[in-house]
Amino acid sequence: MAKAENTSATSGNKLLAWFDDRLPVSAFWNNVMTGYYAPKNFNFWYYMGSLALLVLVMQILSGIFLTMFYKPDAELAFASVEYIMRDVPWGWLIRYMHSTGASFFFIVVYLHMFRALLYGSHRKPRELVWIFGMLIYVALMAEAFMGYVLPWGQMSYWGAQVIINLFGAIPAIGEPLTEWIRGDFFISDATLNRFFALHVIALPLAILGLVLMHLVALRENGSNNPDGIEIKANKDENGIPKDGIPFHPYYTVKDIFGVGFFLMIFAFVIFFWPEAGGLFLEHDNFVPANPLVTPEHIKPVWYFTPYYAILKAVPDKLMGVILMGISVAILFFLPWLDRSPAKSIRYKGAWYKIMLGLFVIAFLRLGMLGMAEGTPAQTVEMRVWTFVYFAFFILLYFISPGAKTKPLPERVTH
Amino acid sequence: MPSDGVNKKRRRFLVATTSAVGAVGAGFAAVPFISAWQPSARAQAVGAPVQVPLDGLQPGQILKVQWRGQTIGVLRRSEESLSLLPEVDAELRDPGSEQSEQPGFAQNESRALREEYLVVNMHCTHLGCIPQLIPEVGAQPFDDNWKGGFYCPCHKSKFDMAGRVYKGVPAPTNLKVPPYSYIDDTTLVIGVSPEGVA
Repeated sequence: MAKAENTSATSGNKLLAWFDDRLPVSAFWNNVMTGYYAPKNFNFWYYMGSLALLVLVMQILSGIFLTMFYKPDAELAFASVEYIMRDVPWGWLIRYMHSTGASFFFIVVYLHMFRALLYGSHRKPRELVWIFGMLIYVALMAEAFMGYVLPWGQMSYWGAQVIINLFGAIPAIGEPLTEWIRGDFFISDATLNRFFALHVIALPLAILGLVLMHLVALRENGSNNPDGIEIKANKDENGIPKDGIPFHPYYTVKDIFGVGFFLMIFAFVIFFWPEAGGLFLEHDNFVPANPLVTPEHIKPVWYFTPYYAILKAVPDKLMGVILMGISVAILFFLPWLDRSPAKSIRYKGAWYKIMLGLFVIAFLRLGMLGMAEGTPAQTVEMRVWTFVYFAFFILLYFISPGAKTKPLPERVTH
Repeated sequence: MPSDGVNKKRRRFLVATTSAVGAVGAGFAAVPFISAWQPSARAQAVGAPVQVPLDGLQPGQILKVQWRGQTIGVLRRSEESLSLLPEVDAELRDPGSEQSEQPGFAQNESRALREEYLVVNMHCTHLGCIPQLIPEVGAQPFDDNWKGGFYCPCHKSKFDMAGRVYKGVPAPTNLKVPPYSYIDDTTLVIGVSPEGVA
């Protein structure tokens, strides 16, 4: 163990030994980094986890600086954001880092979740990794929604109006509940002030706690891999998985390469395309909030539009809200819905490729339709893709146990 | 600690009662935090009644005022649009306003205290957007047989000239009618029903 090794006379080692006697520094490093063996066959999709962590850190850092200049007051909020953009030295960069970071957070998280669907990373024994991940995703949606309200533009105001009124669909308690969330008879300063508190304190704390649990649960069984087989089933005489390599230095170096590539794209968007043509920052949000004027076309930011399309596809308010809730909630049950003997798409056969393909198309197409004007033809199309979205989960449950799979390999492939 | 001589029943009882008392205490401690989110005394004071002068409002014109942050529309209807109201009954989801929210005095064909003036909460009963008044009778992009009414740009809900919702649109009920009354012939007050303050 670490304590016995620290006998060398260099001052650096002495210092480390001093700490190790009081705090398990070396033991912790060994436990989570050099002594943690991860599968050697990770591919592109395995960048997303570390990138999500990177974006989280960037959001917290840029967010702390934004709170130094932002005013959570309905009279001052909009102007204070413009103040950050125009007068605060480098304020525009910090603000665009934060607003672009929000969208990139969702891009990375959606790819991260898609990876789980590809290789069965949510399957036994990693169900809790997936559940904690889903809780992070839900908390992130709340965090993003409240963050979008803070600039107090037209889309902040009317988006909040639509989302809070969703709770009004609940029978009996709906009306008092919306009043309680708003803290007023309408969306007002009281609403903005509490959303600010939740956005900068409550939800970030919750997200950090959930990320910790996500990682602790992950390390308990170790990462899955593109073959979907357990590397711990094949260990050498030292008890080390034959197909494992130490997380540090191998995957730390790989992830740093990913970070470099990611930051290039991220910086390009911040510098040249921060509004992403109205996708990341909607045009209507550059107009101050006005309770008397509804924008022509209210839509949420792109990362919510698939669910918004499901809401719009249903011609009944309560049923629409329920179906939208189910469309998120059903993801929690994925580890138990997929009952195929093979975890990875590589050994599942064509049926899964077709189903997952259709599911991805449905999700993307719903996302596009959720932003659209809503012509009758689009409404029909939304209903079709909503059906495909839910059919994926239902068919998965019934097809997966019986469907033919390819033989699983003994060891991971290249 | 030696475990012999422990009265397990008594220990379980003490653990259970201590937990119960702790839970009750936590419940009471939660009350101020949950209550803090309710509309404050100031917010309730701001929600006081609003007077609206009606002189100068022409038939087909709408006057929008704010009451409790809600946009309230006061629409003066022409004889013609009042006469068209019964014609759309068959296309409406709730023509008799049985499922909808309004004071008792407004549960009638014109949904008003005085037929001529429609006083209505302009927020769409779907998700709170503000429908546009399109009083013209004739074909519209969203309806070939439009008899005049309100059209919501958010999710395409349609309402007639009495704020009654059409079938087959997302809005579940008719536009809400707030409590209101007349002080004299040309002044109405929103937030006070004929029986008294709402």
